[in-house]
Amino acid sequence: MNFPILSSIIFLPFLGALFIFLSQSKTSSNKSAIYVSLFTSIANFLLSIFLWYSFDRNFTGFQFVEEKNWISGLIKFKLGIDGISILFIVLTTFIAPICILSCVNSVKSRVKEFLITILVLQTFMLGVFCSLDLVIFYLFFEAGLIPMFLIIGIWGGPRRVYSAYKFFLYTLLGSVLMLIAIIAIYWISGTTDLVQILEFKIPKEYQYLLWLAFFSSFAVKLPMWPVHTWLPDAHVEAPTAGSVILASILLKMAGYGFLRFSVGMFPVASEYFTPLVYTLSTIAIIYTSLVALMQEDMKKLIAYSSVAHMGYVTLGIFTFTKQGIEGSIYQMISHGLISAALFLSVGVLYDRTHSRLINSYGGIVNILPKFSLIFMIFTLSALGIPGTSGFVGEFLVLLGIFQKNYFVAILASLGVILAAAYMLWLYKRVIFGKLNNDNIKKIKDINLSEGLVLSLLAIATIVFGFYPEPILDTISVSSDYLIENYKKDLIYHLMVNK
Amino acid sequence: MIENFQILYPEIFLSLSILIILMVGVFIKKSYNLVTNLTFLILLILIAILFNEKGNTLIFSDVFIRDSFSNIIKILILISSLLILYSSQIFIKENNINKFEYPIIFLIAILGMFFMVSANDLILFYLGLELQSLALYILTAIDRDNLRATESGIKFFILSALSSGLLLYGCSLLYGFTGSTNFEIINNELTSENIGAVFAMVFILVGLAFKVSAVPFHMWTPDVFEGSPSSITSFFAIVPKIAGIAVFIRFMQVPFENILIEWQSIVIFLSIASMILGAVAAIGQKNIKRLIAYSSIGHIGYALAGIATGTLSGYSSSILYIAIYAVMNLGIFGCIFLMKKDGKYTEEINDLSGISTKHPLISISFLIILFSLAGIPPLGGFFAKFYVFMSVVESEMYTLAIIGLLTTVISAFYYLKIIKIIYFDEIVKPFDENKNFSISGTIFISCIFLITFFLYPSIFNDLILTAVSK
Repeated sequence: MNFPILSSIIFLPFLGALFIFLSQSKTSSNKSAIYVSLFTSIANFLLSIFLWYSFDRNFTGFQFVEEKNWISGLIKFKLGIDGISILFIVLTTFIAPICILSCVNSVKSRVKEFLITILVLQTFMLGVFCSLDLVIFYLFFEAGLIPMFLIIGIWGGPRRVYSAYKFFLYTLLGSVLMLIAIIAIYWISGTTDLVQILEFKIPKEYQYLLWLAFFSSFAVKLPMWPVHTWLPDAHVEAPTAGSVILASILLKMAGYGFLRFSVGMFPVASEYFTPLVYTLSTIAIIYTSLVALMQEDMKKLIAYSSVAHMGYVTLGIFTFTKQGIEGSIYQMISHGLISAALFLSVGVLYDRTHSRLINSYGGIVNILPKFSLIFMIFTLSALGIPGTSGFVGEFLVLLGIFQKNYFVAILASLGVILAAAYMLWLYKRVIFGKLNNDNIKKIKDINLSEGLVLSLLAIATIVFGFYPEPILDTISVSSDYLIENYKKDLIYHLMVNK
Repeated sequence: MIENFQILYPEIFLSLSILIILMVGVFIKKSYNLVTNLTFLILLILIAILFNEKGNTLIFSDVFIRDSFSNIIKILILISSLLILYSSQIFIKENNINKFEYPIIFLIAILGMFFMVSANDLILFYLGLELQSLALYILTAIDRDNLRATESGIKFFILSALSSGLLLYGCSLLYGFTGSTNFEIINNELTSENIGAVFAMVFILVGLAFKVSAVPFHMWTPDVFEGSPSSITSFFAIVPKIAGIAVFIRFMQVPFENILIEWQSIVIFLSIASMILGAVAAIGQKNIKRLIAYSSIGHIGYALAGIATGTLSGYSSSILYIAIYAVMNLGIFGCIFLMKKDGKYTEEINDLSGISTKHPLISISFLIILFSLAGIPPLGGFFAKFYVFMSVVESEMYTLAIIGLLTTVISAFYYLKIIKIIYFDEIVKPFDENKNFSISGTIFISCIFLITFFLYPSIFNDLILTAVSK
């Protein structure tokens, strides 16, 4: 196949953004900009569905590989996907039109600029999932900071400046260490091409420091305890679409990075640091769940629950078992859908009453019956009830971790109970009870675009809850291959040592 | 002998044309426009001449060298001077500093730099440096009636004279201990056992560090940047830095090649100190020119990090760094020339407050240039840093690399501050409408360069690398 489908998927949103930017004039209305961006993002979604369809599930290596000379003699612009990245691409292209639709209701000022930043951000995110070269990966990974900084800062809430700074500086600080590690890898192995590095096998003595450098970047981005503090702030202040992108895609870039780079390139160090990851993840699951229980602000509660859910992802990855890794990928996809839906639901309420505080609501079910029903679906899937996609991911991760460490597994299972506690309590306080607040008596139920977006997400969570086969089938071969390589490399390094 | 003069064509042409336009300026009344247009012409012709120069030649008993390295530097100097002069025309006229001497002194400074970067001998080097410095003193104080400008001119003159003295002292020591002023001969004579010559090297490094304003010899920079008119500041921020870094590399590459270990530790110190001070001191600034002064100190630190490696890739990375830095500063000064409210130029960062709603194009240019200065990919500034750190890690100087990258995070803070003021704050008062192409054209060139740099990042690096390695 000669058609550069990956590059077109990556750069199509950018072209859309360019089009809106160039056609900026005082006469053209926001509506046309919304149509253009919606059109490009939906076209992109269809392209990615086509990609998923034509993807060969039984092929172990990378597919649709594109290579171009970039920095002469040093670095190639190399793109390619396997069973792991294809799902994140589809997730990204699925979430993007949803964000654009949601901004119709929530963004009031500078709509065109907002659409441009969203589209540019989409380009960068897709680039992260497609790149097969460390430098290209870093390029896209870091570039995503610029649009996100602007989204939080321009369209955010009252403390937006503080949150935008915190988000930017935290992630930048984590990532610069990764840049040094990438350059060091180049001088150790002579290339930054991922496939060649995997063949080269980085010597054991370098692996520990390099792993820590990558870890510092991914841990901040994921975020893991104790560097998670930027996330609640960023979520609370960001506009709805910003929170959705942040929770459902930006956080997944770190999980993807762990799978693709940390585990693949540094097997010895990954094995060595597994206790560290287990400890931090378990603390994240228990601690942030407890913190989430005590939140007054709905967005903050969901943000903390995200940290807890991402704890399962790291636990799953570092079990190095088939169930664990597939479970963590599944968990990332399903969390992408569920957290997007939860933030959108909070956005629906916020657009009407301009309050995110839990105690300003209560008894919503009487005035917003449709909303209450759909919010319940997401609440239940966030706590991982069987029949929703949240269950499959958590179940597989726990299955994986039980094979490795009983103690961690039991603690992690406690997190499921805590999740049920804070989600149901949230639902109870917001939806049930008496209608005390006069402000909310006049508000209307969800409109067409909101209903469309939320029901799309609801259908996706339920379908993937009952029928996980399409996702598991796609990742199966790639995750097997990952684990197989991991074990081979470990043995190789043990042999080298003797 | 005639062939020797052929090698010297660009310099001869430049000197003669300076004399001619000086006559034009003296004998024709109100000749600023004419002289400036002639200056543009001269610069363009010079660029054309230099593009056709090829090969390495030493002339006048090995005093003057012409090689691809000096050619590249000269072309860089010319292009950036041309754009600076072009974009600052409106500013010069509206601030009544449109005296015909302005472009002439501008050219004299460029002539001095030409000799500096082509010098293969201590004496020619010193003469070039002094010619450049003298022109710069005058340029700083060209706004005679402005108290701040004259003050900064005097300040710059005194401190610069001191550093020239140190430099000259180093040169004479070097002559005393090696017996020659020629770079090649010094290179052959110099070993690390020759303590006196190592001493001389320290003095010369101090002088050079002053010229590129590396910490701890940076004290003049903020005052001079703030005090002199913006059109001069933009020249100061870019052109002497290019020449200074080039001379730095020439010294490291030829006369001091054998005492690498000795100078390396000093340059590492200069680099780390500049990066840290540039990052920390800029945070509290309220005047944008002062902020740029500190940021330029920080950027010189990164360029010096490339030099500190002592490798060819390091040298070429620092030339690339300074070239991209020049492009970014061209853009940012273009934006400063547009900061005008009710016919008055402002320099306070707070005056930028909320302009994104009224001036989307200026704001997006600021955004691109500032993120690029902060070194965020995929903009040009990232690749500048990337190449420098590639060579730094290659030489296994991990501490330098880690400190350098951490200071990028700190310096990102104050670049973000300006973006915050432009985009997140409420608008106070819009700027005057700009109808002039010269400024917006320069900003446009700068932004397009920074955005599209990632398409072919290696073109320039390959060019510079071949030039440096001969």
